Amino acid sequence: MTPHRLDLSVLSERPAYAEMPRRRVLRAYLEEARGEVLRYLRSPGFLLPTILFPVVFYVMFGILMGGKRGGLDIAAYLLASYTSFGVMAPGLFGFGVSLALERDNGLLVLKRALPMPPAAYLLGKMAMAMVVAAAIVSLLLLLATQAAGVVLSAAQVARLFAVGVLGVLPFSAMGLLLGTLVRGQGAPALINMLYLPMAFLSGLWFPLKGTLLDIAWIWPSYHLNQLAQDAVGMPSRGATVAHVLALGGFALGFLLLAARRLRRHG
Amino acid sequence: MQGQGEAMARLQGVRKRYGALQALDGVDLVLRGGELLALLGPNGAGKTTAIGLLLGLLRADAGQATLFGGDPQDIRLRRHVGVMLQDADLPPTLRVGELIRQAASYYPTPRSVAETAAIAGIEDLLGRPYGKLSGGQQRRVQFALALCGRPRLLFLDEPTVGMDIQARQGLWAAIRRLVGDGCGVVLTTHYLEEAEALADRVCVLARGRIVSEGSVDALRARIARKRVWCTTALPLARVAEWDEVAEASREGERLCLATEVPERLVRRLLAEDPALSSLEVRAAGLAEAFTELTRDPATLPEAA
Repeated sequence: MTPHRLDLSVLSERPAYAEMPRRRVLRAYLEEARGEVLRYLRSPGFLLPTILFPVVFYVMFGILMGGKRGGLDIAAYLLASYTSFGVMAPGLFGFGVSLALERDNGLLVLKRALPMPPAAYLLGKMAMAMVVAAAIVSLLLLLATQAAGVVLSAAQVARLFAVGVLGVLPFSAMGLLLGTLVRGQGAPALINMLYLPMAFLSGLWFPLKGTLLDIAWIWPSYHLNQLAQDAVGMPSRGATVAHVLALGGFALGFLLLAARRLRRHG
Repeated sequence: MQGQGEAMARLQGVRKRYGALQALDGVDLVLRGGELLALLGPNGAGKTTAIGLLLGLLRADAGQATLFGGDPQDIRLRRHVGVMLQDADLPPTLRVGELIRQAASYYPTPRSVAETAAIAGIEDLLGRPYGKLSGGQQRRVQFALALCGRPRLLFLDEPTVGMDIQARQGLWAAIRRLVGDGCGVVLTTHYLEEAEALADRVCVLARGRIVSEGSVDALRARIARKRVWCTTALPLARVAEWDEVAEASREGERLCLATEVPERLVRRLLAEDPALSSLEVRAAGLAEAFTELTRDPATLPEAA
């Protein structure tokens, strides 16, 4: 195929660097993201529970048992909280479980040996988590506005969508960190042990009171839920900027810890 | 041993330790273009560690690993390199063509999917999900991913494990073709006939050290022993006591004698049994040479 070229780089003691045009590097990122998205869209074991749980919960509690109670629009409240609950999963499980498995089964080592752009692996999984999050928010919005009688302006719809799709990122970083702590098949159990209590303690299933409410700010999902509630016009606590900053801080913190662990332990 | 042709990969005085285990203990290794180097050795000999250092997956405790004259962790140098590792579970739901397309996107001037598939002999598998393939088919797909970037250097870690004979020979032919085009190959294998069929040079690793390096013929020659077969009336027990005989056994009708002095042994055999027949003298196979080399550290000559 390639004609054998005389390479004198060794004589000049200069490494034979193979540069790659920026356009092709970008293509590598896109192909990696495409592969990640395709592979999970075809994997019902991941996709079904991730999408069905928030949707089924919403149908049961938001539509069948919904209505107005004590002046609170249950269907709108649950739209926001199940959006928060829903988008946590693709981040936590998509990143955490897949990283834990791929650290175990040799795929991560192969990707590190191949000349894959180093960030492509993470960006690919991020794209996958955002696509799944978008699907979850869209389904919930559809159910809420078409079946549960929630009335939202176009701006509110757009805002909740943005909260959901971007809100997956701090949980992706958290999943990444968890994926560096456990290997292989133990990951789903560990992540569930965090996912469900955290959802409960952040008031995603019913409003919090007392001490639980006072300490809820320690959970990233609490901040996401406040942003989601605010997006659909429900009462929320705290300033929007503070919640955005808190989520950004969590994302950065988890990411740095995960990067440190990956560098040390691979 | 240096300076002839282009050094694609090099280990210089490399040491690597995992806890109490000294995985590599002062290893020097050079690979030039258009050459196939086979790394042989029992499990735990340090083969995978050597490859890991050359791919930038590991850092040496001492010494230096270089790839195309630079640091193997530099992605610009790894773009010359194709890799097939021993066990990597690729995403089962992706189709073979999609996997090739993805891997090819990492390289500046990759082969097309069709060309890659033709070389690896997997044209008929392109539309199939990876998880639905047999073990041997999966290995061929992994081989395709290794060559799709038009690499100048290929690392193949146990490439034919799980393949039937036909698939193995198909892969050997593909490897020979790539080497013929100027591609360098570092191959680790358990199958000695694989090294015999493919390798220009064989490097035997044992306990983290290179115990032998050279051509397949040179490796065999390092082992002075030859094997002598013959049908004879002489009793096995008596022949086994001769000074010329290192080992003696019976194989069916014939005696099988291992010796370091075949000429003297054959003369004595013919003298003591004029009716002796079916005489055959053969150099040890690579398998025997290999067993010999890795057997007893105390009696080994210093590594070349």
